[in-house]
Amino acid sequence: MSTQNSKAKQLIILSGKGGTGKTSISAAFAHLSAARGNSRPMVFVDADVDAANLSLVLQPGNLDPKEFWGGSLAEIDPEKCINCGACSAVCRYDAIFPDPKNDQVQWIDPIACDGCGACVYACPTGAIAMVQQQEGNWFQSNTPYGTLFHAELFPGRENSGKLVTLIKQQARLYAEDIQSQCVVIDGPPGIGCPVISACAGTDLGLIVTEPSLMGLHDLKRVLGTLRHFHVPSVICINKADIYPEGTRAIREYAAAEGIDLIGEIPYDEKIPRAMIEGKPVTVLFPDSFAAKAIQEVWHKTTSLLQLQED
Amino acid sequence: MQIAVASGKGGTGKTTIATSLALSLAGLADVRYVDCDVEAPNGHLFLKPEFTESAPAVIRIPQIQTEKCTACGRCVEVCEFHALAQVGKNILVFPQLCHGCGSCTWNCPENAIVEVPNPIGTLERGMALENIEFFRGLLTISEPMPTPIIRQLKKRVYPQPNTINIYDAPPGASCSVVETLRGVDFALLVTEPTSFGLHDLKQMLGIVSDMNIPSGVVINRDGIGDDSLKDTLQDYNIPILLRVPFDRVLAESLAAGRTLVDVYPEYRDILRELYQKVTEIVGGKTK
Amino acid sequence: MKLIISAQNPSLEAQVDRRFGRCMWLVLFDTETNQWEAFQNPGASQSGGAGVAAAQLVVDKGADVVLSGDFGPNASRAFQAAKIGMQRFTDSTTTVQEAVDHFKYVK
Repeated sequence: MSTQNSKAKQLIILSGKGGTGKTSISAAFAHLSAARGNSRPMVFVDADVDAANLSLVLQPGNLDPKEFWGGSLAEIDPEKCINCGACSAVCRYDAIFPDPKNDQVQWIDPIACDGCGACVYACPTGAIAMVQQQEGNWFQSNTPYGTLFHAELFPGRENSGKLVTLIKQQARLYAEDIQSQCVVIDGPPGIGCPVISACAGTDLGLIVTEPSLMGLHDLKRVLGTLRHFHVPSVICINKADIYPEGTRAIREYAAAEGIDLIGEIPYDEKIPRAMIEGKPVTVLFPDSFAAKAIQEVWHKTTSLLQLQED
Repeated sequence: MQIAVASGKGGTGKTTIATSLALSLAGLADVRYVDCDVEAPNGHLFLKPEFTESAPAVIRIPQIQTEKCTACGRCVEVCEFHALAQVGKNILVFPQLCHGCGSCTWNCPENAIVEVPNPIGTLERGMALENIEFFRGLLTISEPMPTPIIRQLKKRVYPQPNTINIYDAPPGASCSVVETLRGVDFALLVTEPTSFGLHDLKQMLGIVSDMNIPSGVVINRDGIGDDSLKDTLQDYNIPILLRVPFDRVLAESLAAGRTLVDVYPEYRDILRELYQKVTEIVGGKTK
Repeated sequence: MKLIISAQNPSLEAQVDRRFGRCMWLVLFDTETNQWEAFQNPGASQSGGAGVAAAQLVVDKGADVVLSGDFGPNASRAFQAAKIGMQRFTDSTTTVQEAVDHFKYVK
């Protein structure tokens, strides 16, 4: 029985394999949730911080970037460097070598540097310092479908997990402020650090898979990950009709694992069309097969989360 | 020749292109395919390797020898990743936070730390279709860090003359992609003609520019979007090396584990020509 | 007894913060003297290292019990090793003062 002050639930949408349709479905969810005119609106998070696409479909208004300071990188002061090589002797990341511009001093490649600081302590003249890095920006944005927390990690950076944690935390605090029912997190592909950060502490995992051999293989990996972190999960199959044998295989797998299959969305070129137009598919093509199937998935998901729909 | 196949956006067709490129070149030279998407590898579904070698991928983590430890706390102080904590006279190690950098070990004034291997995944090697040498890494479920596995995986692909190494990168544009691209001669960027594809491709263009790696684009599922991609690429001065039209029959066949060159054998010649263009670009690189 | 309470702001009237590792503030409350002090959580903006960083502060301040909403595996391990008690807030606890009162008066 949910009370007025009950904590917001958290839904994580993952896939394992990239490109199965998480973001298109998340965008549709944002529209469907806003269209209900709920007094406790949902909050959305795009946790795919190095390839953030949800904002391309939800079209937020003015973006107000807030800096994300991640880890630190080591930098050598050439004035103090005596070229003894003690630093490169301890570096395990092949990040230190003679400066291309001045081979009398050592230089640290910021792309290779892991930020461990071992060189700082190895240096006899104190020529190396750890310098904190801005690694991206994050945003709390207003979209036509509600508030979206998203981020842009600068290309090639580390600490994507840390940035995911940051925007999740901000979303959660905001959700408490506005008494939101649910925070919906559009997750990244894979199973590593940013996925772990995204799914930590969530109440339900919705795995969006596709019926290819690749989809099934990666479904198993991401389900294993969600289970490891104690997130109860359900599955929906996108592009379900492109390989019926694959869809059968997923149904059998789900049954064997005791995981609910809550929807099958047929391949529908309205989905990429809507992506290109920059709107959720349920807005542009509400009567399409895809939109109808996504609505079904949405209803089942909200009822699993025991959300009030008023 | 070392070629990485990357994308930015997931699901654009990296593995489709990388595996078919490997198959197309298999007759010309010794080809090695290296699956660097250690979180969710898929290359084996297409190239069907038989793995004959397997080794654990490890991070060296600290083990405190309590008889020598004076609980001075120096190791806790130097660890940038909070992988160590001091509780009274005990030092606790948190293996999942540890980067294996060795800093605590170097800095212990009592030499009380030894490093022990902590397995975080596996490294595998075998022979695949058409005599392609197949390497891959696999991250253990619940382990957070793919990058050390990619680093170790690439080291196992021992350098040899007259080989073509194809590195199939993970999706995204963060450190695991950088690790895959490090040291390659060329980056083949596979994208799709949608706003998502273009947005994420720009992240990749930032990376290859920073890393000074020449690149070219493959537009997969050509026809589902518009042509704005072409204009953007002109601004960046990046050549479009191939367009693969969207094709439902192809999509269904790929889903079933057939390769592009299996469904449309004419792509063998097309991909060999692509490789020719790549060698010309790499050979003509003046930076 | 020295309690540490995870909070959103540095005061007894502040809302508690239910996540231990990434809370903004750690309020130290001495139940014998009723004195209190607040510390910024070093783990506030961390990723996986948050729980460890925050737990280290709690250990260094000599706390006996830490009160929060939930504890991650790293912080739990550190507290178990340090024999520091962990207690969860009740659903109705909203402020630091309420958390302290609940600890003192409800058995």
